[in-house]
Amino acid sequence: MNDTTSPVRARRSTGAIALEFLGSMNLAITLLVVIAIASVIGTVLQQNEPYTNYVMKFGPFWFEVFKALGLFDIYGAAWFLILLGFLLISTSICVWRNTPHILRDMRHYRVDVQEKSLRSFHLKAEWDTPCDRSDTAARAAALLSARGYRVRQRAQDEHVTVAAMQGAVGRLGYILSHASIVVICLGGLIDGNPPLKWQELRGEVRAETRDIPAGEVPAESTLSTDNLSFRGSISIPEGGTSSVVFLQLRDGYLVQELPFTIELEQFRVEHYPTGMPKSFESDLVIHDDDLKEPLRQTIKVNHPLIYKGYSIYQSSFGDGGSSLSMRAWSLDLPHQEPLELNSNVNRFLRLTTTRGERTLEFTDFKLYNIFPLDENDTSGKKFRNYGPSIVFKVRNPAGEALEYVNYMLPVELEGRPFFMSGMRATPSEEYRYLYLPADAAGTPQRFMALLAAAHDVKRVRSTIETQLGDMVGTDAASKEVRSTMIESITRLVALFVEQGIDGVVKHAEASVPAEQRQEAINSYVNVLQGVLGALYVDMLRSEGVDVAQGVSDADSQFFDDALNTLSMLGAYGSPFYLQLSAFEHIEASGLQIARSPGKDIVYLGCAMLMVGIFMMFYMHQRRVWIYLTPRDGGTNVLFAGSGHRNRMEFEREFHALQAELEQAVPRRAAAD
Amino acid sequence: MSVSSDYLEQEFKQPSLLKRLGWFDWLWALLTVAGTVYAHIHYVEFMDSYEVGILYGTAITLIWLGWTWKPTRQLSLVIALLSLFAIALYGSDLARGDSNFFLKYLVSSQSAIMWMSALYVMATFAYFFGMFARSDFSNRVGSALTWSATAMGFTGLMVRWRESYLISHDVGHIPVSNLYEVFILFAVITALMYLFYEGRYKSRQLGGFVLTVISAAVAFLLWYAFARGAHEIQPLVPALQSYWMKIHVPTNFIGYGGFALAAMVAVAYLLVERRPEGWLAGRLPSLEQMDDVMYKAIALGFAFFTVATVLGAMWAAEAWGGYWSWDPKETWALIVWLNYAAWLHLRLTKGWRGRPLAWWSVVGLFITLFAFLGVNMFLSGLHSYGTL
Repeated sequence: MNDTTSPVRARRSTGAIALEFLGSMNLAITLLVVIAIASVIGTVLQQNEPYTNYVMKFGPFWFEVFKALGLFDIYGAAWFLILLGFLLISTSICVWRNTPHILRDMRHYRVDVQEKSLRSFHLKAEWDTPCDRSDTAARAAALLSARGYRVRQRAQDEHVTVAAMQGAVGRLGYILSHASIVVICLGGLIDGNPPLKWQELRGEVRAETRDIPAGEVPAESTLSTDNLSFRGSISIPEGGTSSVVFLQLRDGYLVQELPFTIELEQFRVEHYPTGMPKSFESDLVIHDDDLKEPLRQTIKVNHPLIYKGYSIYQSSFGDGGSSLSMRAWSLDLPHQEPLELNSNVNRFLRLTTTRGERTLEFTDFKLYNIFPLDENDTSGKKFRNYGPSIVFKVRNPAGEALEYVNYMLPVELEGRPFFMSGMRATPSEEYRYLYLPADAAGTPQRFMALLAAAHDVKRVRSTIETQLGDMVGTDAASKEVRSTMIESITRLVALFVEQGIDGVVKHAEASVPAEQRQEAINSYVNVLQGVLGALYVDMLRSEGVDVAQGVSDADSQFFDDALNTLSMLGAYGSPFYLQLSAFEHIEASGLQIARSPGKDIVYLGCAMLMVGIFMMFYMHQRRVWIYLTPRDGGTNVLFAGSGHRNRMEFEREFHALQAELEQAVPRRAAAD
Repeated sequence: MSVSSDYLEQEFKQPSLLKRLGWFDWLWALLTVAGTVYAHIHYVEFMDSYEVGILYGTAITLIWLGWTWKPTRQLSLVIALLSLFAIALYGSDLARGDSNFFLKYLVSSQSAIMWMSALYVMATFAYFFGMFARSDFSNRVGSALTWSATAMGFTGLMVRWRESYLISHDVGHIPVSNLYEVFILFAVITALMYLFYEGRYKSRQLGGFVLTVISAAVAFLLWYAFARGAHEIQPLVPALQSYWMKIHVPTNFIGYGGFALAAMVAVAYLLVERRPEGWLAGRLPSLEQMDDVMYKAIALGFAFFTVATVLGAMWAAEAWGGYWSWDPKETWALIVWLNYAAWLHLRLTKGWRGRPLAWWSVVGLFITLFAFLGVNMFLSGLHSYGTL
């Protein structure tokens, strides 16, 4: 950028040295590269996540180091802003230093150029022409202006200098494009809200990290409507209102007050057949004392509402606290009637269960769950709607939580209906699904009845007794064996019911030598199937099913499915199965609200940048001179040129001009 | 003075651009205007005012391009005819793509893209053979194949656009919305830029190098289509349903195309520069010319990349509520921009030439590649439309 090197003075002030350093090309290029590299960090390291995530990822030591370096909010870190500041200063100095010289250069034709310096040009040609001096000058000037050059002439002593230039306006491109960086930075600075940063630095503003209602947030985390620029978000349920937005700040948030109230009348979302949202829009009403009547407007993605310099964007949607009615079927006391529960999404319930205190946190409700029919079918043509679902967490007093997703309607799998419930311990895992067979009435009742029977030790024992029947003799030793068998089978059933197939396998691992283990497990399973099968047949009889001709295919299929489910129950982790029985869907619209007074300045800068760059690259300033000296009754022509940038192209142009010039003012024939 | 300067100026005057236009130029302009007006009248109900503006802007650009770079007239006409042929064959029934012979094997978007892929790969071989054997004929074949491939690629995109509307009105969109579609765009734009310089410098020797990067893009495209089924037309998420997409994405790919072209020329430059007397040196353009092409490509790429980034910022302001969010894609666009800004400063004001800048532009391609692909593959953010 320093096109001109100022003559070196013997003594220079510190200020001059600093100025030269700050405006030097080396510093500018270094800054460009360093800022580029620093920016990479922020894209590799997820920014502004809760601090606990970072601690888990990097450990406490590196967490502190990274935090001190500002790596979790790198684009707001002091050192990064200082780097940007240096780029701003460097660019400003370059613009300030070069602009006068460029403006001068654009107007000057340099008719006072010396013959000696023209001879030192890389592009030059010289010949003698029989034409006289003024005729040569006139023809050359005419040719050059026909080729788009602006021409100046000067006669001095016996010489005539024709100086011409073209594309000088391209030099403005330099000024525009570099000044634009300054303008963009200024606009960005305004939107970066330095006063707020300053208050934050002085501790007058502090991020709130607790999850509390907006009204309870202390003053030091609340910003008034005087705040110049911000960008925050708010989720408003249908029918709800808000006059604040939340600004994310490092590991917490700030509450920003608005000078008006936003009401969400209605929210609509449309889906493609794939279940992907096609469009979502919100009917908003703006209540403001300044308005004669409330302002109604529908916003959707890519179509924001701008009111009083505040832009309101549709950014997302979610559940606005749908009300849920549920039945909790105890898996430990299955003979009990299910417990009726009522709650809302984003609320929680405390329950005392057979396994202690549990907190149920309802996190989401979905009206549709549309998935590809075949998981391997990437074409995405066949889809299936699994119907409504709820997502909730079951948290124990130690704070550990398992996350569940339960589908309301029984799902057909291989033609049979199942209640689907997914479980996972951490959000990064895939859900593992429990398929609980639904009975003919579409309830978990029948499965629960079987489970209750399996839990009923008395019934289990009597079933085992009946099954063993007269398998053994009546002598004392046989009786002894028989009662031991009854005991151990009862224990086996209890183990299976409590811990599922895993418990049985573990038991085998602990008590049976490795080589006989598989065999043992197989016989355990056979015994279990026998006992539970008998219980099931008993149950069918009490349901009034005629089993004299054997169990029907459907009923025996149900038993197989139930047994499968039973064997998985041990890993399910919840003391109950939660069945969603009814709901009222309340949607919430996620709005983003921004105030950025610097935006127009940034846009002005962007326009300058685009125009400037195109001018710089595609309008080249070039100069040519024709220096005429009378010689032998004719004229000696010295033609020289220089192009600013784009040397090859100018070379071509120069040679073409030279050829034309040699036609206009021809060479003196060799014979002369 | 013996003669008046006005008279002299008349003598030297060259006819202006408009006077130099031939009948084909005017026919070209007329056809473009006719097509545009037809599209306007028939489809105005599907367009907002910005899109109408984009339509006419495109027409003006096409006419100007055809007048200043003549071969684009023939290219555009071939693309138009093939696309119209396909659209006519389809009628209103997408299923004809499987039953109609011409659609199935030539002009359905998928077939056209396959033709494009095959032709680009063939062109690469033809150019390299031309270079090794010093066969001008083979080079000319390479050139013809590249033109044909570009025509097929654009046809594929045009027909795909129509096909998306045949699926359903609300699925229809310009095919620049995901990684698969923009890879086609990348291939055809890079090829067009190369063809421009080929005509400008009247030298076909760099074809093999530039077509190598296009062939690599084609290889990715094929893998992406066959292994991931990415060629299926997907509906648009709400954030992408905007006229901005029509200008932001193509502008961006002029930038990417310029950077890719520069990097491949830089590779050729470095190979020659290593052995100035080697056998490759005689088969490639002069170092000075390659250096110049490299600069021109980066300058063009940088200018358009700047515009694309600004357009992107304006779109972001409208869709996400902020013109700059330090989203990974935005940040990487800035990194690419800063990188080439540094490159241009080194060349234009520090006067660097040759080897270091050639290396830098090769490295620049990798940075660009990361911004284009890597961000989608490894980083999450707002731009997650083109995940692998």
